[in-house]
Amino acid sequence: MKVLDMQGIRKSFGELSVLKDISLSVEEGEVVAIIGPSGSGKSTLLRCATLLETVDGGSITYLDQAVAWEENGAAVYAPPRELREMRQVFGLVFQNFNLFPHFSVLRNIMDAPMKVQKRPGAEVEQEARELLKKMGLEGREDAYPFQLSGGQQQRVAIARALAMNPKLLFFDEPTSALDPELTGEVLRVIRRLAEEKMTMVIVTHEMGFARQVADRVIFMDKGVIVEQGGPEIIDHPVHARTRAFLNKLEGETT
Amino acid sequence: MSFGTMAAMLGGGMLKSILIYFCTLVGALPLGLLVAFGRMSKNRILSGIVKVYISIMRGTPLMLQLMVVFFGPFYLLRISTGTGYRFAAVVIGFVLNYAAYFAEIYRGGINAIPVGQREAAQVLGYSRSRTFMTIILPQVVRHILPAITNEMITLVKDTSLAFAISYAEMFTLAKKIASSHATLMPFIISGVFYYVFNFLVAFVMERCEKKLSYYR
Ligand SMILES: Nc1ncnc2c1ncn2[C@@H]1O[C@H](COP(=O)(O)OP(=O)(O)OP(=O)(O)O)[C@@H](O)[C@H]1O
Ligand SMILES: [Mg+2]
Repeated sequence: MKVLDMQGIRKSFGELSVLKDISLSVEEGEVVAIIGPSGSGKSTLLRCATLLETVDGGSITYLDQAVAWEENGAAVYAPPRELREMRQVFGLVFQNFNLFPHFSVLRNIMDAPMKVQKRPGAEVEQEARELLKKMGLEGREDAYPFQLSGGQQQRVAIARALAMNPKLLFFDEPTSALDPELTGEVLRVIRRLAEEKMTMVIVTHEMGFARQVADRVIFMDKGVIVEQGGPEIIDHPVHARTRAFLNKLEGETT
Repeated sequence: MSFGTMAAMLGGGMLKSILIYFCTLVGALPLGLLVAFGRMSKNRILSGIVKVYISIMRGTPLMLQLMVVFFGPFYLLRISTGTGYRFAAVVIGFVLNYAAYFAEIYRGGINAIPVGQREAAQVLGYSRSRTFMTIILPQVVRHILPAITNEMITLVKDTSLAFAISYAEMFTLAKKIASSHATLMPFIISGVFYYVFNFLVAFVMERCEKKLSYYR
């Protein structure tokens, strides 16, 4: 079953055309890695998918429910009430975590399930504690975000997203705000989610990680999908632009 | 006049000063938030009007504003106001003036919250009002508390401006007694009063700031 289906997405900021006819669909249980140079529109694509930006054209469908579609060349969105429901389908992990600084770790995770999904507190708390354990953060329930390292904060952010029981989790460069030694602990958590068949779309610059976890790798450049395929395209890119990007990246890291 | 009678007379004035003070805060703190929303509105006409309002409130003397509020209804509209209006005029004048200052403080505080906070809440499905009340506002309050404290201290002293429309608060009475009895005593008493009042305000606000500083 398709969890997400985006077709012919177009998006401009003023004169600047950032997404030019992008299509992306994600099957249940699939892990998709999106790679590409800075400014290619990766974040914008995720922001459109998570309804933080509105598209100019094309269609977005979650679990066979239309979120946005095109009428007479312009994008039309479902009514706000339906959109709010649709937001329950996905979660998003930001590059810079965006935890709520005035909430404790536990409250960061529990607040939305209780206040938005109106689930009973006891059940949510039990689940939140289990999630924390899974994230290797047992015992940090009462800490505030500022008391945690970046890697710990990002793991709390992942737990916060998972507590909503999303069908699909988006990550926008989840480790690029972290020191190299903290990157591993976050990637390990995501890898474990992949093993559990969590459906994920991950924008990343970590090629080794993408190669390991992704069922499909998408290379984006200048607002289009240049090339996509199995993780082997990282080692054997077909397109010259992909090759140039990967070579440059390799040059930077080694 | 004995010190006792003088203190008793001034005591009544003090209560009135304190009443002006709290009525102003109760009115201006929430109104300031509404004004800030108006100022930040996407509706150009609304934000334009609010901008002019703020600029007039901040650009003209508060004393003058009090006089306009007090005498305006009669001179401009030929409405004769009742006897209770003097106090109402003081409070209306102060609330309108302080709401403008508070609005700019709120606006600065709201703009200082990273957009990521709002976006994280939106993706989690929080409604706009819940996002503002539980995610944005608590952080704003913490951020703007020192600036609000400043205004609250200024307001203690500004209550004395009610003498402009002869409202019998502390300072108006002190002036009256001082000139009729040729003594400096009432001024000294009122000076001590304002100082102690402000000392308490600063103390309470400092406690509030400490209480909110559990996170960074
Ligand atoms: N809100 C905005 N207003 C105007 N231009 C924007 C906005 N957001 C993004 N852009 C522009 O759109 C282009 C694509 O940006 P985007 O953030 O999607 O790239 P990216 O692939 O995520 O890059 P990076 O790897 O650096 O994160 C860039 O040129 C950027 O300047
Ligand atoms: Mg980006």
